[in-house]
Amino acid sequence: MFDALSDRLERLSSSLRSRGRLSDADLDAALQDVRTALLEADVELSVVRGFLTAVRERLSGDVLSQSLTPGQQVIKAVHEQLIEVLGGAALKVTYSPKPPTVVLLAGLQGAGKTTTAAKLASWFKQQGRQPYLIAADLQRPAAVEQLRVLGTQVGVDVYSTPTDPVSVAREGVAEATRLGRDVVIIDTAGRLAIDDALMAEVRAISDATTPHYTFLVIDAVTGQDAVHTARSFHDTLELSGVIVTKLDYDSRGGAVLSARGVIGRPVVFASTGERLADFDLFHPDRMASRILGMGDVLSLIEEAERTMDADVMAESAGRLMSGTFTLDDFLTQMAQVKKMGSLGGLMRLMPGMTKEMRNAASNIDDREINRIEGIVHSMTRAERANPAIINGSRRQRIAKGAGTTVNAVNQLLKQFGEMQKMMKQMAGGGMPQLPGGMGKMASLAAARQASKGQLPAGLEGLGAQLRPTPVAPAGGPKNKKKKGGRVTPPKQR
Amino acid sequence: MTLALIIIAVVVLALATTVTLRRRRRARVPLAAPPRAAMPEILVEEPEERPRLDDVDAPGLATRLGSSRGVFDRVRALGAGDVSDEQLDVVEEVLLRSDVGVATTTALLADLRASGAPHGVASAVKAALRAALGDADRGLRDVADEGRVPVWLFVGVNGVGKTTTIGKLAQREIAAGKNVILAAGDTFRAAAADQLTLWAERTGADIVRAAEGADPGSVVHDALGRAAAKGHDLVMADTAGRRVTSTNLLDELAKIRRVADREPGQVVETLLVLDATTGQNALSQAQEFLAAADVTGIVLTKLDGTARGGIVVAIQRELGIPVKLVGVGEGVDDLIVFDPDAFVDALVEA
Repeated sequence: MFDALSDRLERLSSSLRSRGRLSDADLDAALQDVRTALLEADVELSVVRGFLTAVRERLSGDVLSQSLTPGQQVIKAVHEQLIEVLGGAALKVTYSPKPPTVVLLAGLQGAGKTTTAAKLASWFKQQGRQPYLIAADLQRPAAVEQLRVLGTQVGVDVYSTPTDPVSVAREGVAEATRLGRDVVIIDTAGRLAIDDALMAEVRAISDATTPHYTFLVIDAVTGQDAVHTARSFHDTLELSGVIVTKLDYDSRGGAVLSARGVIGRPVVFASTGERLADFDLFHPDRMASRILGMGDVLSLIEEAERTMDADVMAESAGRLMSGTFTLDDFLTQMAQVKKMGSLGGLMRLMPGMTKEMRNAASNIDDREINRIEGIVHSMTRAERANPAIINGSRRQRIAKGAGTTVNAVNQLLKQFGEMQKMMKQMAGGGMPQLPGGMGKMASLAAARQASKGQLPAGLEGLGAQLRPTPVAPAGGPKNKKKKGGRVTPPKQR
Repeated sequence: MTLALIIIAVVVLALATTVTLRRRRRARVPLAAPPRAAMPEILVEEPEERPRLDDVDAPGLATRLGSSRGVFDRVRALGAGDVSDEQLDVVEEVLLRSDVGVATTTALLADLRASGAPHGVASAVKAALRAALGDADRGLRDVADEGRVPVWLFVGVNGVGKTTTIGKLAQREIAAGKNVILAAGDTFRAAAADQLTLWAERTGADIVRAAEGADPGSVVHDALGRAAAKGHDLVMADTAGRRVTSTNLLDELAKIRRVADREPGQVVETLLVLDATTGQNALSQAQEFLAAADVTGIVLTKLDGTARGGIVVAIQRELGIPVKLVGVGEGVDDLIVFDPDAFVDALVEA
């Protein structure tokens, strides 16, 4: 429904490109687009205004670069400003020399505090800590029960007594100290920002436990009200940071920007899904790329590392490089990819996708993968190893077995043949010149370490995208190059 | 199919390569965060002093907007029917801050500019918003075909207040003399069924529940069976909160709806529960749930906070789904029938 901001600016830049410099009128038009995009991403209006002023200053102060088109220049300025507003670099959580380190969670009803408490406990556990959960939400029916269930799932004890929230918190911290736990996470009742009684309660909990960190849990799809919420909580509690939840609902999550802009505290953690593992430190640079619609490769790679079986991937990747990739390998890899979630979601994180591909990807539902799997599963082992033997009658049998048409089988085989061809070419050292930013993807992970002063990661890809490249139905060759680009130095081994 | 393959190929290859290579590299690359840059100060240009729409017709507006005396004179010199750019700016700001959204706001401003404001800008804006909300039937249907049990199905994303809404509605319907049974169809969230059970005890409703992780369709099916056997007048079916980007979860929802709509049940209302603090994403939510579960109305919760819930104007305008109920507090009686006039007043005045 909404265009990615980078798409808009790209369109805009096609009208600017020939001129080579940014006139005031061009800048106004570009910033108008930035404004609309930010508002559609639910960034609060005064935050938007402050943002636009800052971008304008960046651009008017700068000598226009020779190497960037005006559109790219605007995108670069927006990207840099986004990173600055979102908080530069990630906040590092330190631990109190006198344990336990107390973490208090506050937020509106339904923001996801209870789930976040469990996820945070799980995260601390991964850091080698011994967390302890305190259920001080005695308001919502069954909230304590919910935390107990989640606590069991992550293997962290939960403390609660049916007294009052302040005593629960105080006693819970004492209990944690007695048990020698070094991190305590307190879940509090959800409240409305205007509810004075509940605000006073969370304040009392805070006074009783003097937390080292107080995090506001905020829903990524919150609208203009995010500012109000953040400000009220900050006035009451002096927040140390923000945890954003449900970032998987909406990749743009303007509420993050609003909250950050208003309270001047960093976003520390982000929750990107329902599973307890979908939780990690928040990375401003990645979020900036997402808001711009430039993809988020690093998150993609990390997600891949978390969910995929590295040995399986390594094996088929090896075969892939040696040009002996079979339909069996294809099947294995598809199974791995499926573990990571919906294709549409994955594609959103990929840089350098054209808008058409992105749209197409979000229209593909995962049943399509099942259909493809069905076809491959209907082949015999011999057929999978050597698709060349699949003749007309085999095709008919396979189509029947998979409950589909011969046409679909043909298509799949043709596509697979092309994939194979590309891989062979690649394995032979050929590196076909590829359009689009995806070629950069493989090198990004490494490049980023060194790229401090350069363009932000996604931007190179974006730049490539902005140039008028012939758009081959890109998927095929693209991936290959990436592979080529990354893989080329086999000497390295 | 073709595109699907291409895309899958891209994903597969990209990930296979990167995972493998990163794995090799990982030993060498420290994952420590870079040193923290100094945190910039608060980055808002103008923290307070929001314009109010009821001021828009009053003198002095131009001054507050930082305009010169000359502009102020110009505003006053305008005919009553014309709307000045300054006034339009205020209107725009008020609407955007209420989460009405850019597209709808732009459309309303265009109308306002074209038609003028013979009775003042504030009343013109209210009239436009009121018109956008339409005059849909906001009552809840509670009658099914002969021999079938009416079902209300509740859908929405996580954390909007579905379970609480059901509790409050059950209270209302039981007070009105109905014999209600609840179906604890949220088998995903930990303790969701416990939460609904507490509501059942509190309100005296019957309830059907199953173990966590059970098939929600079967819970609804059992509730229908019990309702038919015991003569309940109304089934209220809870569902797990789900994000709209997951085909699987939306398919599951479509299935629950099919089960609920099968004899002896009949879905007479599918209510999308929306959180008033939600911004533009609510439009996507409405769109997806409409497609998956044939939503008949919206319950707008948490309207007692500071959020305005203006996005429902866009939803009504673009998708034609009416708001039927609003939640204005935590009390059992705080779920009330949506009053568009009061809503519009609150939207532009507060």
